[in-house]
Amino acid sequence: MEMKDIIKPENLVFKKTSLFTEKPLSYCPGCGHGTVHRLILETIEEMGLQAETIGVAPVGCSVLAYEFMDIDMQQAAHGRAPALATAIKRLHPEKFVFTYQGDGDLAAIGTAETIHACNRGENIIIFFVNNGIYGMTGGQMAPTTLPGMKTSTSPFGRDTEIMGNPLKITELVAHLPGTYYVTRNAVHTPAAARKAKKAIQKAFEYQKLNKGLCFLEFVSNCNSGWKLPPVKSNEWMVENMFPYYPLGDIKVPSL
Amino acid sequence: MGELRLMKGNEAIAEAAVRAGCDGYFGYPITPQSEVLEYLMSVKPYETTGMVVLQAESEVSAINMCYGGAGCGKMVMTSSSSPGISLKMEGISYMAGAELPLLILNVVRGGPGLGTIQPSQCDYFQATKGGGHGDYRLYVLAPASVQEMADFAKLGFEMAYKYRTPVMILSDGIIGQMMEKVDLFDPIPRRTNEEIIKTCPWATTGKTANRERNIITSLDLDSAKQEKHVFDLDAKYKRMQAEDTRFERIMCDDAEYLLVAYGSSARICQKTVDVARAEGIKLGLLRPITLFPFPTDEISKLAGQVKGMLSVEMSLGQMVEDVRLAVNGKIPVEHYGRTGGMIHTPAEVLAALKSIIIGG
Repeated sequence: MEMKDIIKPENLVFKKTSLFTEKPLSYCPGCGHGTVHRLILETIEEMGLQAETIGVAPVGCSVLAYEFMDIDMQQAAHGRAPALATAIKRLHPEKFVFTYQGDGDLAAIGTAETIHACNRGENIIIFFVNNGIYGMTGGQMAPTTLPGMKTSTSPFGRDTEIMGNPLKITELVAHLPGTYYVTRNAVHTPAAARKAKKAIQKAFEYQKLNKGLCFLEFVSNCNSGWKLPPVKSNEWMVENMFPYYPLGDIKVPSL
Repeated sequence: MGELRLMKGNEAIAEAAVRAGCDGYFGYPITPQSEVLEYLMSVKPYETTGMVVLQAESEVSAINMCYGGAGCGKMVMTSSSSPGISLKMEGISYMAGAELPLLILNVVRGGPGLGTIQPSQCDYFQATKGGGHGDYRLYVLAPASVQEMADFAKLGFEMAYKYRTPVMILSDGIIGQMMEKVDLFDPIPRRTNEEIIKTCPWATTGKTANRERNIITSLDLDSAKQEKHVFDLDAKYKRMQAEDTRFERIMCDDAEYLLVAYGSSARICQKTVDVARAEGIKLGLLRPITLFPFPTDEISKLAGQVKGMLSVEMSLGQMVEDVRLAVNGKIPVEHYGRTGGMIHTPAEVLAALKSIIIGG
């Protein structure tokens, strides 16, 4: 059997999501960002929402998210994505609007924008990728860096006496009346990724209801920043990040 | 003639924004401009024209809401006063970089820092020379009356879309707070989404099959491309200079001395001109209406006619630097003005003219 006999539509078991552009991903091999991108784009494609969706990219590792996603997108100043998304959704209520943000962007410099967009109950989705570090700028301490965790600005480990505590912002926003669906997932195994995709699908469905903000955290790895090989970084994440940031639904709609 | 009303400057610009077909206003309270947000909330344009009005959690958030809305091609506005405008500067720089239309109102108060809530013109540098980071300019309009607060809302939106750029109305606490008769222009309907898609093909309105995706960003990691982008912005600013420099000449034809003043200070200087003329001094007033682009050519021409110029500003003297650049050493150019929330009188201006320019 020759190659051309194998490459046939009926034999297709895996393909690149059509909403990925041709641009190669700039993320480090082993990083969770690419998988989260893919799950979001698959959902938009499957729900037929390409023309209906406007995304907002942050500052951080995913600053260039708009280069990979074949949808209309805006790139925000550091931390301000929820403010952009607020106006986009209010001025285009018929569109699906999401932000894609990292922990530094969302839980440090953009805390006010995050809390207030959640509290106003903006009908948007916030995708929050938490890897406990500033990846793009070279591995500095983030608001979600674990106690004792070494980064370039906590080289002897995060001393909470001096540097304060990690911020569990997802638990915090779940308390606000404006959030409708708050959940924490991961994408390090096929099973976790499938679960994460279901959460993304629900969030897009919920946006149609105009009931409030959907906040989806993805606990992820940063093998470059953590200075671990990809597999080891995932193991470290399971052992250290998950106990502090437990996976699962935090707030579910009472349907 | 449209509809005549007695209004505060802040109310007039809010009403004019609704009438101009504005899609969204995002603001945050600060004295002396809170009437803009208060007026909009009281007339509820979201029930009439469909305009969105939202009080943000900060000036930073408000300007970034404007970024999001403008990125969708929607006609958006924000307003604040000096300390709040400083907070908006990040967003203004991003919007200049991303070439997004915006109307910003600055009802200037005395600074630096928290300063005072009284009127001032101490934000001229911030408005005309940058304020935010990067090689960019704003189109800056300086109203001298409540009527111009209303008219410049419409003109400001026109310029914002003509040049795809943030436009600033540099007002102050006097113009914002005082009440005058205003002739309001007839309402213009808001553009439909279809019209926006047609007139703003760059906007994020949803990627349809018939076009490439639209991206709103101020980022280009390729320096050669970023340099080209800045050159393109500069070409736009030069076009503003050529096509949309605005100024008013008051008693300039036979003038031997000239006051240069904008906004409230120009109103005060008009009285100075009357008093000086009554005393036999041939005094004129050149009122820049656009502070960027600055009426450099007009001032340069007048430098060949008058014996001296006095730049009269409610600051330590900021515009005087642009007047001097235009005059280029041909005649004496000096500054006079009160600052920190103090307001000069016509008599003080005339006394300064006599001592610094005529007798100087």
